[in-house]
Amino acid sequence: MEGRAVLLDIDGITRSFGGVTALAGAAFSVKSGTIHGLIGPNGAGKTTLINVLSGITKPDSGSALFDRKPIHMLPPHRVAALGVARTFQNIRLFATMSCLDNVIAGQHLVAGRPFLPRLLGLSSARHEELKWREQAMGRLERVGIAHRAGVSAGSLSYGERRRLEIARALASNPRLLLLDEPVAGMHQKGLEEVGGLLRSLVQEGMTILLIEHNMSFVMRLCSIITVLNFGRTIITGTPEEVARHPQVVEAYLGANCDHA
Amino acid sequence: MTPFVIKFIAIYGSLINFIGINALLALSLYVTFWAGQLSLGNAAFAGIGAYTAGVLTMSFGAPYVASISAGAVLAGIAALVIGLPVLRLRGVFLAMATLAFGEVVRIAAVNLQITGGAQGLVGIPNVTNGWIIYGALVAVGYFLARLRGSRIGWSFESIREDETAAAAMGINTTYYKTLAFVIGAVIAGLTGAIYAHLNFIITPGEFGFSAAVQLLIYNIVGGTRIWYGPILGAVLLTALPEVLRGVGVTAGPIRMFVNGVILLLVILYLPNGLVSLFRRFGASKGAKSEERAESAADGGASRAA
Repeated sequence: MEGRAVLLDIDGITRSFGGVTALAGAAFSVKSGTIHGLIGPNGAGKTTLINVLSGITKPDSGSALFDRKPIHMLPPHRVAALGVARTFQNIRLFATMSCLDNVIAGQHLVAGRPFLPRLLGLSSARHEELKWREQAMGRLERVGIAHRAGVSAGSLSYGERRRLEIARALASNPRLLLLDEPVAGMHQKGLEEVGGLLRSLVQEGMTILLIEHNMSFVMRLCSIITVLNFGRTIITGTPEEVARHPQVVEAYLGANCDHA
Repeated sequence: MTPFVIKFIAIYGSLINFIGINALLALSLYVTFWAGQLSLGNAAFAGIGAYTAGVLTMSFGAPYVASISAGAVLAGIAALVIGLPVLRLRGVFLAMATLAFGEVVRIAAVNLQITGGAQGLVGIPNVTNGWIIYGALVAVGYFLARLRGSRIGWSFESIREDETAAAAMGINTTYYKTLAFVIGAVIAGLTGAIYAHLNFIITPGEFGFSAAVQLLIYNIVGGTRIWYGPILGAVLLTALPEVLRGVGVTAGPIRMFVNGVILLLVILYLPNGLVSLFRRFGASKGAKSEERAESAADGGASRAA
C-alpha cells in the first residue's frame, strides 16, 4: 500500500455557488490501484468534488493533478481523454437507446469507427463494428445485465441502471473510475455483486474513487477512506482509523447526541 | 414508357420535383436535430445557396456544377461563423440566433442590388431536372444512413440524449454540435442552389420564417429518430394539397387546417413521428445481433417470470 504511486492529487480545492461554499480546501490523494472511499454527510461537497474532477465544474481555487497532469481547468472531454470515467448520482443514461447501444456510445474514446470506410461500404468497417459490439456485450456481461442488452435503458430497474452506467463508463477503458453512489437503492445481492466487480477491476489495475452512503459497503470495500464535511477534508485513513475519529463520529451522529 | 407514366409525369412532374426539394431541405434540418439542436436557419441557408448559385450562373456564367457547389460551400461557411460562438452554449440559443439570422438573410436579399431586391432574381437558366433532384436525395440519404454508426453518428446521438454524459465520456460536444449544424447547412445550401435552377425565379420570401417552420413540421410529422423520417414527412405534407384536390377539397384555409390537424395528431399520439409506426426504436442496428440481443432479453424475462 505504501509503495503505490499517487494517481490523483487533490490540493486545496474550493468552490462556492453564490453564498454556499460547497468545497473549502478539500485535499487528499488517491493511490493507484486502490478503491478509495469518499464519504461525508449530505451537502459535504462529495458530488461537487467529483464534478470538479471530471471537468464539469470549475474550482475557484486549488488544483487536481491526474498522473501529475493538471485536470482542474480542462473541459470534460479532455479529462475523459486522459482516462477518467464517471457515473452520475442522478443517473444520466441515454434513455431511448438500448443498453448495448449505451455501451457502444461509451466507446467513443477507444473505438475509431471512421466514416470513410463506412461510406464506401468496406468490409473492414463491418468487422470493426462487430468487434466493438462484442466488446460492449462483454461489458454488459461483466456488470451482470447482458440479458437486457436489447432493452431500452429507460425501461431498466433502478439497480440495473446503475450497473449500466458502470458498464458505459468501463467502455472507454479508463484508468480512474469515479463512482457517485453506485449501489444506492440496491438489494444485498446486488451490493455484493457490484462489490465483487469493483474488486476485480482494481485487481486488473484500475483505480476507483467511490462515493457511497452505505457505510458497511464502504468499510468492507475500501482500503482508504476520505471523510469530507462542510467542504473540508476531516481525515484520510484506513477504515479503522476513520471509524475511530471523533470528528467523523460527530459529523455522522451529531454533536449533541450524548445529551439527547 | 407507357402512356400512363408519361401522362402522370406531365401532370405531376413539378409536384414530384417539389417533393424531392422539400425532402432534401427536411433532411438538412434533421442533421441538427440528430445532435439535439434546433435550427430555424435552414431556410436561410437554402436562400444563401440559391442566391449564390443564381448570381454565379447569371452574372458570371459559371457552369452548373460550380454554381451549386459554391452555394453549398458558402452556406456551410455561414453556418460555421454563426455556429462556433453560439454552439458553445446549451439550450435555445441556437434557435434564437438562427431565427435572427434568417431575418438578416431575408432582409439582405430584399435590399441588395445583386439579389434583385424584393422582386427576386429572375431568369435563372432552367437546368435542374428530376434526375438531379432525386440523385441528390439518394446521395444525401445514403450519406446520412452511413453516418449513423460512425464515430460522428454515435456522438450526435449521445449529445442528443444527454450532453453532460456525452462530454463526460470524452465527446467534444461543441465540435460535434457545430459539425451537425454545418453539415445541415451544406445540404440546405446545395438544395437551394439546385432549386434556383429549377424555378427560373427566386424571391426572398421563399426562404423566410414560414419556410423554416415548414421544415420543422416535416421533421416532427415524419420523425427525427431515423434519416428517412423527415423524407416521409416532406413527401406526405407536400403531396397532401394535391391529394385533397383529388377528393374535391380545393386549396385555401382548409389546407392549413388539415396540416394543423395532422401535426396535432402526430404530436399527441406518435411523438416519434410517423416512422415509429413501422420501426421499433432504441434497438441496435444489424439484424443478427438485434435478434440475439432480443432472444437473450426474452430469455432473461422468462427466467425472471
